[in-house]
Amino acid sequence: MSEIINVQNLVKKYDNNFTAVKNLNLKIRQGEIIALLGPNGAGKTTLISTICGLSSITSGLIKVNGLDVIKDYRKTRELIGLVPQELALEPFEKVINSVKFSRRLFGRKDDNEYIEKLLTKLQLYDKRDNIIKSLSGGMKRRVMIAKALSHNPQILFLDEPTAGVDVELRKDMWSIIKELKNEGVTIILTTHYIEEAEMIADRIGIINHGELLLIEEKKELIKRMSVKTLKVKLKKTLDIIPTKLKKYNLKLIDEGKSFLYYYNTGKERTGITSLLSDMNKIGINLFDIQTEETSLEEIFVKIIKE
Amino acid sequence: MNIRGIHAIYRYEMNRSFRTLIQSLVSPVLSTILYFIVFGAAIGSRMDNISNVSYGAFIVPGLIMLTVQMQSVNNASFGIYFPKFIGTTYELLSAPLSFVEIVIGYVGAATTKAFSIGLIILCTSYLFVDLDIKYPFFMLCFLLITCMTFSLLGFIIGIVSDNFEQLNIVPMLIITPLVFLGGSFYTIDMLPPFWQNFALLNPIVYLISGFRWSFFGVGDVPIFTSIIFMLIFTSICISIIWYIFKTGYKIKN
Ligand SMILES: Nc1ncnc2c1ncn2[C@@H]1O[C@H](COP(=O)(O)OP(=O)(O)O)[C@@H](O)[C@H]1O
Ligand SMILES: [Mg+2]
Repeated sequence: MSEIINVQNLVKKYDNNFTAVKNLNLKIRQGEIIALLGPNGAGKTTLISTICGLSSITSGLIKVNGLDVIKDYRKTRELIGLVPQELALEPFEKVINSVKFSRRLFGRKDDNEYIEKLLTKLQLYDKRDNIIKSLSGGMKRRVMIAKALSHNPQILFLDEPTAGVDVELRKDMWSIIKELKNEGVTIILTTHYIEEAEMIADRIGIINHGELLLIEEKKELIKRMSVKTLKVKLKKTLDIIPTKLKKYNLKLIDEGKSFLYYYNTGKERTGITSLLSDMNKIGINLFDIQTEETSLEEIFVKIIKE
Repeated sequence: MNIRGIHAIYRYEMNRSFRTLIQSLVSPVLSTILYFIVFGAAIGSRMDNISNVSYGAFIVPGLIMLTVQMQSVNNASFGIYFPKFIGTTYELLSAPLSFVEIVIGYVGAATTKAFSIGLIILCTSYLFVDLDIKYPFFMLCFLLITCMTFSLLGFIIGIVSDNFEQLNIVPMLIITPLVFLGGSFYTIDMLPPFWQNFALLNPIVYLISGFRWSFFGVGDVPIFTSIIFMLIFTSICISIIWYIFKTGYKIKN
């Protein structure tokens, strides 16, 4: 059994009757990095909260390592580390004490060697005796990660780990995540930055309005979705697309002076050659052509709109 | 049972009060000393003995009760409210801890603090008056249960409060008056008849009376009434906590 998390028909309805997660199914494999992508309010945090025990479940079943997160909450929670979206730290506590406290909450014996290694890895070792209040925002985020990792979890949830974080720190964060993956930790992160998902995830899930729209290998998704646009400027204006060219789904723009053709670079044939030769056959002359890459951002928007 | 987890919360809460030692220890002791000077020495010297006990000694059990009740409520309510306020409850909820274990950690620490303060005040009062405690073991048990029950009450207030105002308002507007009018400084029969009936509606009267009984062997109401009241009060608090636990009220979404 390689699934470490199995979410079945999960529904989460808040007290105000708002349904934030609608019949969601999700399987996460051991050792992978999953990026859950979705706009604000999509239900990403809610999903994580139900898995980690912060929110009750309205209906459905969540299993972690084959165990029910409600019935066997002690065993499932031991496996999980959570870094929530918002910074939440005791301001007057020392870094090291705060991290040790987290480990103890999970019922683990003190292990100073492990904690020191962890702090070193997160570049917090020099700050270990500092009061949390005195740290920068980036450092505080690292403390949150250290706390989440303090009990050696096998699964790490990172809720928007890089929201509002500068470029430097974002890169650091990515390398930390990759390092953890190499150590065998399963990582689930949420983000609304598509580049982030593209940079580090093995699989990408897209969530909107409480539904999982798709979940796919990142490579597959990008291949399938890497659509380019060919803009063809014409010598003569066209009123309508000629019937012979209908099959190319062209889109007239600039009052008929140009049209757009969408093609997929992931496929073996782009269709450009045959389009150009068909145009030639019916006597439409081109003036200029240019190609544009569709950004992942647009793909994302497109999927969400559909 | 996640003993280490409970211990972590307990220790953390105890450390928090060591960080604010002045506030958590010195100030209740200081205010008690002031009470002794004002009520015990200054006014008390002109008061008759009450049930053969000097006025200075008479107010000791009431003063201890008054202080530990306020301390328990304040400590426990703040203890759980603060993590809620700064958002660190996520850690408690995502840890392999049951709600009962969380309550034991917080309420246990608040109880310990209030109980220690009670003992310190008791010791301090020996500097001012002669005391001869009739039922010391019962007295300690009664003190401990009072601290625990009021810590449970404080925990409930901390969970239910949505802001600092609410956190302060219940202790200030309800508990303080009840405690002050609960007979710390007088016996109920010193009141005019109308107010006597009124006073008997105040649950704190039964607790102070019971505690005073353990010192001097006399109280405003029979000791069994006090014990039964204490048990009812404790059960109500435990039931409310149980309800919060069952429904996740104000803790889980
Ligand atoms: N405690 C709550 N009560 C009611 N509605 C909530 C609560 N928390 C979140 N929501 C709503 O649920 C939806 C999903 O929120 P959330 O899971 O935080 O989204 P995301 O993390 O994807 O931005 C939002 O519309 C939000 O307003
Ligand atoms: Mg969120």
